[in-house]
Amino acid sequence: MTENSIPNFREIGEITGSTDSRDVLAHATRQAARNFDDYLIVDVDAHVSEDHFWSEIIDLIDNDVLRQIGQHQVKGFGGQNALLNISPGLSLQSVGGRIGHQGRREPVTDDSVHRFISTARRSMDAMGLDYQVVFPSAMLLLGMHPQDEIEVALAKAFNRWMIERILPIDTRMKGLLYLPFNTPEACEELVAQYGATEGIIGFTVCSTRNKPVHHDCYMRLYSMIQELDKPLAFHSGYHWGDPSFAQLNRFLSMHALSFTHYNQIHLTNWIVNAMPERFPKLNMLWVESGLAWIPFLMQRLDHEVLMRPSEAPGLKRLPSEYMREMYYTSQPLERTNMKLLEATMEAMNAETQLLYSSDWPHWDWDSPATISSLPFLTEQAKRNILGLNAARLFKLDTTRRKPLAEDVLSSRPKTAS
Amino acid sequence: MSAPEMATTASQQIVLGRHDELKKRQRMVIDVDGVGIGIYFVGDEVRAYLNICPHMGGPVCQGKIMPRTLEQVADNGKSLGLGFSKEQLHIVCPWHGFEFDMLTGRHPIDPSVGLTPIPVQVTNGEVVVTVGGPRA
Repeated sequence: MTENSIPNFREIGEITGSTDSRDVLAHATRQAARNFDDYLIVDVDAHVSEDHFWSEIIDLIDNDVLRQIGQHQVKGFGGQNALLNISPGLSLQSVGGRIGHQGRREPVTDDSVHRFISTARRSMDAMGLDYQVVFPSAMLLLGMHPQDEIEVALAKAFNRWMIERILPIDTRMKGLLYLPFNTPEACEELVAQYGATEGIIGFTVCSTRNKPVHHDCYMRLYSMIQELDKPLAFHSGYHWGDPSFAQLNRFLSMHALSFTHYNQIHLTNWIVNAMPERFPKLNMLWVESGLAWIPFLMQRLDHEVLMRPSEAPGLKRLPSEYMREMYYTSQPLERTNMKLLEATMEAMNAETQLLYSSDWPHWDWDSPATISSLPFLTEQAKRNILGLNAARLFKLDTTRRKPLAEDVLSSRPKTAS
Repeated sequence: MSAPEMATTASQQIVLGRHDELKKRQRMVIDVDGVGIGIYFVGDEVRAYLNICPHMGGPVCQGKIMPRTLEQVADNGKSLGLGFSKEQLHIVCPWHGFEFDMLTGRHPIDPSVGLTPIPVQVTNGEVVVTVGGPRA
């Protein structure tokens, strides 16, 4: 080796699941430094995997019997999946370990704040984010849990954990209240209890469930949320147990279809049953389905409604017009055909309705450069999508919250890059 | 696809070490004045690529090296299941899993997507990469 004779030449290591986030994301920090360090950036969907802290949430379950069962499972076979209905053997997201940040476990030595905050701050700083909204990863499938009371118990415990232990520590982190949608009365109780809490900027339903959103049992809930003037989000997901999807033999296939499927079902019910007319001030946000499904559904529903108006008599406009007033998160952004993507963004009024989301640290995450590098967007459109649209929807202060990208680069540990 | 970025400056040759020794390692990744380069050793062949993924700019050379996965099909069309290639190795980007053939730098399904090659050669038994200047 002759490296000593070469100035500024050093060998760098492999990135693994235990590499510090700031090193994994160093290229994203450089992208920020070059292109968007002065932008306000709001990440509307991130998952600092709470499975690392699941026992803390189990300990907050208010029902004595369920808490005891959960605590027993934590110590045994259930471990960090206690009481959950996820199937570890079907967790194929990392592609056999090729993508190490899915389920990452990086070392944290600073114990002055909760470890969750430490790791979240690293990813926020590295990507150049001013705010990050945290969604619960392991709970994304709870809508398919056969025991409704488990969803209610975990929803209460998770919301309490987020509100009492996480959000007060760092105002850059925001939360959407998890609604145990299979039990409407419990949703109403949670909205009444926590809906006005600082740091709770909206409400989320995990879309993977078979509950019609237009059912009368939800009308009081929607009224309460509309009254609070905070958006209602539907976060999509997958489920191998859904009979149609059981035909799919690869995670790729499941992921491509299911994440758009559940939000298509819910949005279709929402519009055909005239919910936008019944709750005209309720802002709807559709999360983690990408964008390609939106023009498909706009065209499909417009076509059907024009032929069969008697089946959607509550509508006063075409479905696509209602859809253009809803909000959508960007990830996973389909970027393989720029003409189609440009047409999609035009069809959905992306300049005012699209919100950037990273989905970090999941395998199909998007950096802010996913938006900033789009050749057909104006700079104002990029600024809107990356942060200003979210600031308007969630009423966020637009004062800069993040450190300078160059400072993040110079202070990162450089363990692998 | 985002374009890879690398400053075009006067070229600089860097001697990495003896080929006989380095090829035992399969890969090394270096940083030269902020430019990352992955050097790969396949038998007696040497390849070098810019450490920037053509997908979204990830640190592609710092991910795993995996055998190519094959769809194995019998003569009668029936599936024989998945298998690993015994000949082809892939460079896997740790950000999103894009895979590239180690020898060609090309994506296995869309060969129009590829890594940016960096000039590398074995001279007098030593591995030499050339950074800066026109790209290969």
